[in-house]
Amino acid sequence: MQEKSKVLDKEALNRSLTRVAHEILEKNRGTKDLCIIGIRNRGVYLAERLAAAIKKIDNEEVPVGALDITLYRDDLTSIAYQPVVRKTEIGFDITDKTVVLVDDVLYTGRTVRAALDELIDFGRPRSIQLAVLVDRGHRELPIRADYAGKNIPTSQSETVEVRLEETDGVDEVVIVEKE
Amino acid sequence: MVWARKDLLGLEELSKEEIELILSTTESFKEVSSREIKKVPALRGKTVVNLFYEPSTRTRVSFEVAAKRLSADVINIATETSSVKKGETLIDTGKNIQALNADIIVMRHNYSGAAVVLARNLDISVVNAGDGWHEHPTQALLDMYTLQEKLGSLKDLKVSIVGDIAHSRVARSNIWGLTKLGAKVTVCAPPVLIPPAVEEMGVRVTSDIDDALRNADAVNVLRMQFERDGQDAFPKQLGYFQNYGITQERLKKAKKDIIVMHPGPLNRGIEIASDVADGANSVILEQVTNGIAVRMAVLFLVAQARDKANETTH
Repeated sequence: MQEKSKVLDKEALNRSLTRVAHEILEKNRGTKDLCIIGIRNRGVYLAERLAAAIKKIDNEEVPVGALDITLYRDDLTSIAYQPVVRKTEIGFDITDKTVVLVDDVLYTGRTVRAALDELIDFGRPRSIQLAVLVDRGHRELPIRADYAGKNIPTSQSETVEVRLEETDGVDEVVIVEKE
Repeated sequence: MVWARKDLLGLEELSKEEIELILSTTESFKEVSSREIKKVPALRGKTVVNLFYEPSTRTRVSFEVAAKRLSADVINIATETSSVKKGETLIDTGKNIQALNADIIVMRHNYSGAAVVLARNLDISVVNAGDGWHEHPTQALLDMYTLQEKLGSLKDLKVSIVGDIAHSRVARSNIWGLTKLGAKVTVCAPPVLIPPAVEEMGVRVTSDIDDALRNADAVNVLRMQFERDGQDAFPKQLGYFQNYGITQERLKKAKKDIIVMHPGPLNRGIEIASDVADGANSVILEQVTNGIAVRMAVLFLVAQARDKANETTH
């Protein structure tokens, strides 16, 4: 893996998240019936940051949940590593709520497909919106993001790595070339 | 840590890390049973066959519920009503089930080592649901999970196992698992129910119930097994309840918050008093709930390991 370029540094990443927080509030006209659910692992930390940004802007608490999609994957046997099954934690009822689903990178759309299946097993939200930090293209399913921190055109030989303080000790997004 | 075994046959062969992986995976599966829709598609398209050579309701139902919550299809075979009665051997039965393209056999058998024999002869996964006096790994795992959930860590925990140690696969699996994770295990029974050389498994042995309960963080009360030696007068002859039964009276001398476990089914008034089984220290029904999560974790891990193995060979 060779690091090619840094596309977001700490300041740019935070600015993107603040902008997405504003867009979420604008589109939904505030925080009424709003909740944010992050996809493990990094999506959960991004969800918490978006909730914090919303609180800063509107002074309203938005409930945050965590979704582990391992048991809903369609590629359990074909991925190279063995995924660790972690816990889904949604401590509130999502029925009739507007759910903002959060992930770090939107790529093929298969993770989001699994997340949608799982969410719907939890209840019947009024709507589900998708927020991602990076949209890198190459979709294999008819899925799009409602909010994107940054659109980054990539080739399929590249990988987009989102690194966050909480998991990696640093806030940045880099493009690396697969060997 | 990667789980690479297609089978779960016992805890003796597992490393500390493998046991910890099952227990941490269990944590995630427990949440699934608390959902309104208690089902995930992880084993969709897989077939699980429950093959039971011994009567069992709770273990079979627990495995069945676990498999169904993972979206697997489940077939139950009780051997009293099958071709085993016509003389089919264990391996032939296994190969026939494999020929049906089943993915996992969950087997209960009255002979020690039956699960190992079956696993060696089949490509599909085998999960041991109890073999003779040998092992009952998922029962021990759910006991360990329940303890961990209550007390945080198993390290240096004092656990006493009371009852028919000699004939108990539950005791054996618990001893293997608990000692690997650093718990201090004491076994307690009338001398005739203590197997020879059990100290070599790293446990303390006593025949004094008060000694076993003193300072213990948890006591696992085993069932007196009438059906296995066919003499239900046996416990009475030993004065078992008077000398070894877990009563409120005896618990008064133990730690106030001692955890009381029992693998079920209960013989009230023989190995455990009714008010203890239903009392504040008892976690017996939580064990049943946790058993489903443990079995979901085990079925998921062995299925995944086998899929991976197939992929590299094909």
